[in-house]
Amino acid sequence: MSYTKPKFKEKYGNFINGKFVDPVSGEYFENNSPIDNTLIAKYARSGKEDVQNAVDAANAAKEDWGNTSAASRAALLNKVADIIEEHLEEFALVETCDNGKAIRETINADVPLSIDHWRYFAAVIRAEEGSATELDENTLSMNIKEPLGVIAQIIPWNFPLLMLSWKLPPALAAGNCVVLKPAEQTPSTATLLMEKIADVFPPGVINIIHGFGPEAGKPLASNPGVDKVAFTGETTTGQLIMQYASKNLNPVTMELGGKSPNIFFNSVMDEDDAFLDKAIEGAVLFAFNQGEVCTCPSRILVQEDIYDAFMEKVVARTKAINQTNPYDVNCMMGAQASNDQYEKILSYIKIGKEEGAKVLTGGDACKLDGDLANGFYIQPTILEGHNKMRVFQEEIFGPVVAVTKFKDEAEAIEIANDTLYGLGAGVWTRDAHQLYQIPRAIKAGRVWVNCYHAYPAHAPFGGYKKSGFGRENHLMMMNHYRQTKNMLISYDKNKLGFF
Amino acid sequence: MKYSRLAITEKAIEILNQIKAKNGELIFHQSGGCCDGTAPMVFEKEDMYLDDSDILMGQLEGVNYYMSEDQYQYWKYTHLTIDVTPGRGSSFSLEIPLGVRFIIHSRLLSKEEDKALNE
Repeated sequence: MSYTKPKFKEKYGNFINGKFVDPVSGEYFENNSPIDNTLIAKYARSGKEDVQNAVDAANAAKEDWGNTSAASRAALLNKVADIIEEHLEEFALVETCDNGKAIRETINADVPLSIDHWRYFAAVIRAEEGSATELDENTLSMNIKEPLGVIAQIIPWNFPLLMLSWKLPPALAAGNCVVLKPAEQTPSTATLLMEKIADVFPPGVINIIHGFGPEAGKPLASNPGVDKVAFTGETTTGQLIMQYASKNLNPVTMELGGKSPNIFFNSVMDEDDAFLDKAIEGAVLFAFNQGEVCTCPSRILVQEDIYDAFMEKVVARTKAINQTNPYDVNCMMGAQASNDQYEKILSYIKIGKEEGAKVLTGGDACKLDGDLANGFYIQPTILEGHNKMRVFQEEIFGPVVAVTKFKDEAEAIEIANDTLYGLGAGVWTRDAHQLYQIPRAIKAGRVWVNCYHAYPAHAPFGGYKKSGFGRENHLMMMNHYRQTKNMLISYDKNKLGFF
Repeated sequence: MKYSRLAITEKAIEILNQIKAKNGELIFHQSGGCCDGTAPMVFEKEDMYLDDSDILMGQLEGVNYYMSEDQYQYWKYTHLTIDVTPGRGSSFSLEIPLGVRFIIHSRLLSKEEDKALNE
């Protein structure tokens, strides 16, 4: 079964103060689908004034919204989840069209996970409580969590709806208003969501600004009317945003990518069973979402005594990846999100080869026929080499994995931690000691143990080292969107006696 | 200096000059990490705070090219050619509104280049 490209309007404006509005300049930019490089629609090319309008709308709404009850905010978050669920297929199709990823992923992962994040935060705010401590018999310290006010959120193009759903619900649940800028490569599902939920929230609570980084992203990140910036992206922009935030003395959270190791100890091959099958799939998950995942398990580390036998299976499983029309439910890996991404990945494969890495499979673009010939497809690629090579050290953000072997636990840990980043890692073993000790030794915010690429709303996610700071998902994300009001109350009738 | 770590294509020079005409003095900063990372980004000279942790890789058309030091440790054996390709990015790099992205083509330094630049 195959879907076809969904229908779009000719153009879409920004969503500010509860309605769609044209950009002040009247300018729009064209957004193409990476599946066949054809036009999707035109989106607002926003500038400073549009950003200001959105920030003003959010500021005007923040007082009332911040004072709504947790119960009513939760009800609205649940309503959004229901609306997305009702239109699940439509969201999945638009996401596939805009990003290029396979429809089986958007239907089974992106959209259902997004829905669950809205529901999770709706539930969290009903169950959590502030705290109160009796410091002495007459003194009570009461901690009330208050919203920050207006949050700026800048999200990437690899999981457009899911990244929006990681960021919006906790900020809204905490009582903030938001100005969110989707990546210019993937503005479509954010727009579709606003069409569907335009009337759910009071005007100004959610505002969506489209446009280019230097023209819209920068004025948003540096805007003094914003109380916090949450960013997912790369290191240089992360540094710039922190710099702007320092001017406003604003808190920031940063999720900046990684070069995640996926470690396979020899015990995985002790049996030829379901678990070995799972481990091989775990290694091939580098190709999930075309490798365009900040936690892409882009370094495979295999214990040397099973290396040949294990990699033979991994290569065979990788070769079985069906690359076809992303709208086809049998497609296992879709298009890279854009031409520049495509070019960058190919240039990495080239430098990998030059550095002496051996191509175990793939190693080139993938040419598809017909309309797809203009799309951006790359073969899933396995490069064998050593950890000092650039392909082992830099995030390629494509379906390219670098594989090497290790002798023992100590060497596995050394290689795993020999990276600038620390976002994710995978550990695969049947050894009960390794199951605990190895993850503890890895410097990364999320270590998947005998699994990979699971992102439940209830588990905190975030980076060590140059992968950023702050945690997303989980109750603890709420605290990145709040401040603590401490009320120190004296029930003592007597004065201090100083004056 | 006889050897350089950097080169730039004619097409990239053209784009760089367009940006210069509009924005004045510029710098390049090589980004790492997620999504739009591992790409050269161009900013107005005063926009980004730079210090000793940013290595000056060289100069292209009067524009300094920086990279953070820890990233440089892995990159210093490669030669970079800055080029442009049609595309979009969500960073703050100034070429993005022009519908192009700067990209790099890398190759390993030759033995002579490595000796001259890294020893």
